[in-house]
This record gives sequence, C-alpha cells and structure tokens, in this order.
Amino acid sequence: MTTEHAQNVELTPSEYIAHHLSFNAQGVNGNTASEGFWVLHYDTLLTSVVLGLLVMGLIWWVARGATAGVPSKRQAFVELVFGFVDDQVKNIFHGDRHSFIAPTALTVFIWVLAMNSMDFLPVDWVAGIVSFFGGEHAKWRIVPTSDINTTFALALAVWFLMIFFSIKAKGLGGWIHELFCAPFGSNPLVWPANFLFNLIEYVSKPLSHSLRLFGNMYAGEIIFLLLGMWAATGLSGTVFGAILGAGWSIFHILIVALQAFIFMMLTVVYLAMAHESH
Amino acid sequence: MNINFTLIAQAIAFAVLIWFTVKFVWPPLLTAIEARQKEIADGLAAAQEGKSALEVAAKKSETTLNEAKQKATEIIGQAEKRAAQIIDEAKGNAKAEGDRIIAGAKAEIDQEVNRAKEGLRAQVSTLAVAGAEKILRKEIDAKAHSEMLAKLAAEL
Repeated sequence: MTTEHAQNVELTPSEYIAHHLSFNAQGVNGNTASEGFWVLHYDTLLTSVVLGLLVMGLIWWVARGATAGVPSKRQAFVELVFGFVDDQVKNIFHGDRHSFIAPTALTVFIWVLAMNSMDFLPVDWVAGIVSFFGGEHAKWRIVPTSDINTTFALALAVWFLMIFFSIKAKGLGGWIHELFCAPFGSNPLVWPANFLFNLIEYVSKPLSHSLRLFGNMYAGEIIFLLLGMWAATGLSGTVFGAILGAGWSIFHILIVALQAFIFMMLTVVYLAMAHESH
Repeated sequence: MNINFTLIAQAIAFAVLIWFTVKFVWPPLLTAIEARQKEIADGLAAAQEGKSALEVAAKKSETTLNEAKQKATEIIGQAEKRAAQIIDEAKGNAKAEGDRIIAGAKAEIDQEVNRAKEGLRAQVSTLAVAGAEKILRKEIDAKAHSEMLAKLAAEL
C-alpha cells in the first residue's frame, strides 16, 4: 500500500507524515484559506457525523423494535451496552439519570468508540481510496477524535452542561456562592483562594477531558504512520512493519475502548458533580 | 492543531446526537428492559408463592392423611368391639335357646315318662286283674274288688 504510494509520487518521510496529518480544510465563507477560525475540517465533520448517524441509527433501529419478551440476539447486544452504561451511571449519579445523563453517557460512549475505531482502518488504504476519488493531493483524516476540534467540542459541550446543571441544581446564587465559598469555607478572607481553586478546576476539566482523548488517538495514529513508513523501506521493513502494525492494532483495541470508556466516565462524573452541593 | 469552526460544528452534531438519544433511543430500551425486569420479578414472586402454597398443601395433606389413619384405626377398633359384642350376644342367645330347648325336652321327657308310667300302671293293673282273675276265677268279683285294684294300681 505504502509502496504503491511511494511509486506514484516520490515522498520524503516528512511529506508522507504531513500528508496523512493534514485535514481536508476549507473556509466557510467560500475562501480557500486553511488557516484562521472560519475554516471547516470536512473530513472530521463528515466522518464523525456519518459515524454518529450510523451507530446511533443502528441502536435506534433496534430500540424501536425492542420487545419486553425474549430479546433477539441483536436486541440482547444493544441491551448489554445499555446495561453497561446504565450501571456505570447508576453508581456515580444518584438522581433521575434516565431523563438526561444516562442517554448522554450512551451517546458519548458509542460515538467516541466508533470514532476511535476508525484508527483500525489501515492509514494508507484510506489515503488510497481518497486519492482514487479526489485526486493525488486529496486529504482525509479518518479518525475524528485525533482532531482536537472534536475532542474540544465534546469536552466544552459537557463543560457547558456541567455549568447548566450546576446552576439548575443550586440556583444562580448557589452556584456563585459555591464559586467563592468552596472548598475552604465562607470566610471572606479565603474567597480569593476559593475562587482561584474553582477557576483552575473549571479550566482544567475540559482541558484534561479533551486532551486525554486527543493525545491517545493522535499518538496511535502517529505510530501507525511510522510503521507504514517503515514498510516503504523494503521487504524486511514491510514484514516487521506488518508484524508490529498488527501488534499495535491489537493493543490499540484496548486503547480505543478504554479511551471511549474514560471519556464517558468523566462526562458522567462531571455532570454528577455539578448536581452535588458542597 | 488549530482550533476552528469545526469545533462549533462538532458541538452542534454532538447536541443533535444527544437529543436524538434522549428522545428516541433511550426511552424504548428502558421501557422494554424495565417491563422485562418487572415480568421476571413477578414470575419469581409467583414461583415463590407457588412453592409456599405447595408446602402448605403438602402439610395439609399429611395432617389429613394422619387424621384418616387415626379415624380408620378408631373405626376398626369399634368394629372389633362391636363384633365381639355381637359374638357374645349370639353366644348368650344360643345358650339361652339351648337351655330353653333342653328344658323343653326335659319336660317332654318327663311327660312321656309319666305317660308311659300311667300306661304301664294301667296295663299292670289290668294284667294284675287278669292274672288274679285267672288265679281266682270266680272267687273274685270284679266289681267288689275294683276299688282295691285301683288302689293297688295307684301304688305301683
């Protein structure tokens, strides 16, 4: 695969990596600039939306025909996922989880898992298919979660939800009171310290939430690219690249599932914490 | 690693997916699973109920059986007693009847003996008179000695 690639265009390693790591970016207002804020990564957006519709649509399709009697194997599988997510949420959040938090956790888990799983597709196959349809220089990054925009979008959405639920549970006054009076107490002398603490917490939550997922997926992708590059060096490189690629893929199954799970758990934990008053 | 409009677009996609799940995916699954859980719980409760009912029934049948056995023993005892009583009664009756028959027979025998004695007496007196007649012939007047002969016959 990579060898084909190398035959077509003489690529230096850094060009190969750069090609695989650039987005299919286009300006929103019709301009072709790939810099600045008004730019859209079509690959990230399209892949993630298609995957989201696909996986949630599948579950919806099964859920629509769900029976309370003996479930089909398909329904049993969906219920397995449902029960897994529901159990996790039940252990963390002790309120009415069915109205919002549990479905959100299911969405996050399934969607992030699907997006992460794109990492299993051989990088150069994706590049090959894209260049077949879009020309030699067409770019398509297939793993939406290795785009920081995706992880930040999810983390920030959760962050806003967190603030929303915090205010909803405690009232605006209660929330502001908590900003200044937790964790050290309500003495006016410790107000600055409290506020600083809460500020750091509010900043660090979305950062760690999004960067953890992004870093893991990005690193995974880089490793695959390096192995792919090795495969272009000759026969022994191809053999070892394939063996190590297989090994890394198997290990990556764990990472993909684990990161999706961690992302879901953090979402639930943040939203549950927002409901608790200190 | 540049932040751009993709972030907003992804956030919107995320919001839509959450809305879709909250609205269309979660409720039917929850309904189905909760309904099944309730059904299973009801089934288990019913099974438990049936089990306890069976236990009660078994206990009841045992007591009934014991009662029946006791009653049967009682009835058999009574029957044996009654049978013995009947036998005793029959024995008594038979003895009384036998005694009565024996008494009757004895009376009859006595009567027969007396009658035979009467007959013999009459015959003896006749024989005595006939003998005396043969011995004495004319010397004895039947009419004159009949009183003495009757007395003699009575003494025999």
